Amino acid sequence: MIHTDKLLDAKGLACPMPIVRTKKAMNELAPGQVIEVQATDKGSLADLKAWAKSSGNQYLGSTEEDGVLKHYLRRADSEEEKEETQFPHTVTNAELQEQLDREDPIVLDVREPAEFAFGHIPGAVSIPLGELEARTGELASEKEIIIICRTGSRSDFAAKQLAEKGFPNVKNAVQGMSEWEGTTEQSKME
Amino acid sequence: MTVQSISAAEVSKKVVNKKPLFILDVRNEDAFADWKIEGESIEHLNKPYFDLLDGVEEIITYLPEEKEIVVACAKEGSSQMIAEMLLEEGVEAKFLEGGMKSWSEHLEPVKIGNLTDGAELFQFVRLGKGCLSYMVIADGEAAVIDATRMTDTFLNFAKEKNAVIKHVFDTHLHADHISGGRVIAEAAGAAYYLPPADAGEVTFDFQEITDGWKVGLGKSNVEIEALYTPGHTIGSTSFIVNNQYLLTGDILFIDSIGRPDLAGRAEDWVGDLRDSLYSRYPALAEELIVLPAHFMKMGELNNDGSVAKKLKDLFTENHGLNIKDTQEFRDMVTINLPPQPNAYEEIRKTNMGKITPEEEEQREMEIGPNRCAVR
Repeated sequence: MIHTDKLLDAKGLACPMPIVRTKKAMNELAPGQVIEVQATDKGSLADLKAWAKSSGNQYLGSTEEDGVLKHYLRRADSEEEKEETQFPHTVTNAELQEQLDREDPIVLDVREPAEFAFGHIPGAVSIPLGELEARTGELASEKEIIIICRTGSRSDFAAKQLAEKGFPNVKNAVQGMSEWEGTTEQSKME
Repeated sequence: MTVQSISAAEVSKKVVNKKPLFILDVRNEDAFADWKIEGESIEHLNKPYFDLLDGVEEIITYLPEEKEIVVACAKEGSSQMIAEMLLEEGVEAKFLEGGMKSWSEHLEPVKIGNLTDGAELFQFVRLGKGCLSYMVIADGEAAVIDATRMTDTFLNFAKEKNAVIKHVFDTHLHADHISGGRVIAEAAGAAYYLPPADAGEVTFDFQEITDGWKVGLGKSNVEIEALYTPGHTIGSTSFIVNNQYLLTGDILFIDSIGRPDLAGRAEDWVGDLRDSLYSRYPALAEELIVLPAHFMKMGELNNDGSVAKKLKDLFTENHGLNIKDTQEFRDMVTINLPPQPNAYEEIRKTNMGKITPEEEEQREMEIGPNRCAVR
């Protein structure tokens, strides 16, 4: 199961209804939230992908089970792309890759579970930004923690949060997963 | 006022008669780029329906005022919605009944000509996919060649003509579309024939067609003769009807020739293809009218909507028949080939009887343009 903020049942609906309903449901989501859309119309896959792109939302991925397609989309935060990253300690993706090759840093992925599920750096720890405050106890404070999200802005918030909590060695992977060219893996979907 | 619709058959007539038509295609851009309704008189605008949910005002200025407008989508629902939204803004547009699915499945029967003793030859033009099928009718008996999976069209057509389908042929094991041959043969109690060299893996019973094999229809003088012309596949067989028509299957088209790679054996079969095109066909009467199993471009259609041309004309006009150098020919049909047809391996398996996809899946498998030729 992938954790999402909303489930939309569009099963049995023919085109254009799956997209019409998704659009409406997305408007009711807060920026950054993730929706699962269940549909049986095969055409919904290509159309949702294309719609997400043209509407500036984020298409995360889809799975198929017993003829039901499950699509995952994240409502884009209009501020997200423009937000200036401020946390001073940053690494590029190339630097992160070098570090992964050489040692064993903690990679903390603060994207939503559905984003994480469809592709993350092998071994990365998943704690969505919204849960980080409550879950810092799960992280070993003495190790180096490199934080990543899609574009470097959520990870910037997360880095600041951890630094305030007294984590001494935190870095923000500013380029984020959107520009990550190294290996990724998907979570097992059950 | 409610929104009007238009059938695939009506659109076909307009395409064939070169009547001006403006198609507002509201499928996603990838689907549009892959294939669309084409024709000399057709103009397009592609704007996905999901970009128009908040209103159609932005596209109205791009729509012609004088021309008939047809909104098309994959199945119908979205185009109907957009046509309704246009009507609210005072723009009249029809939506395509059954969408591109129906367009892909529509067959337009065209009479090719009369044979002796009142016998007739018909071509079934599948405009949306570029497939061509044939029916020869003589003395109450019919033979069907390269039928597509819209089997009712063939069965009903024979019934209307008071003919009993006796023989069903496929010129080869098709890789780009699902054959309706076996289903038609079963429904009509007819014999289904395949070239044995293509049928090594088929899971059902069939009759073998071999070079020089002949069959007649009823008591007429009409005769259909098989001519082994390998190259697109190793079994590819042409048919000569009454010494007037040459059904070339996927070996020779109007403006291109068959590709030898769809069964994965381009290097092995290129010699066969060369031999069929440069030795076997030239040995035939050049007054024969060539009837291929496909067309690629609307420009290949004659004014009556048929796809047919004299063999002698193809020898002068078809580039693929005029490559003197063997190596150059070999390179042309084995290097830089167009992409392979959508799902061609699954289609071959279906035509072998190895898998039996549901109708909806069969539709999905056939989506996309025809890609059986090299030019």
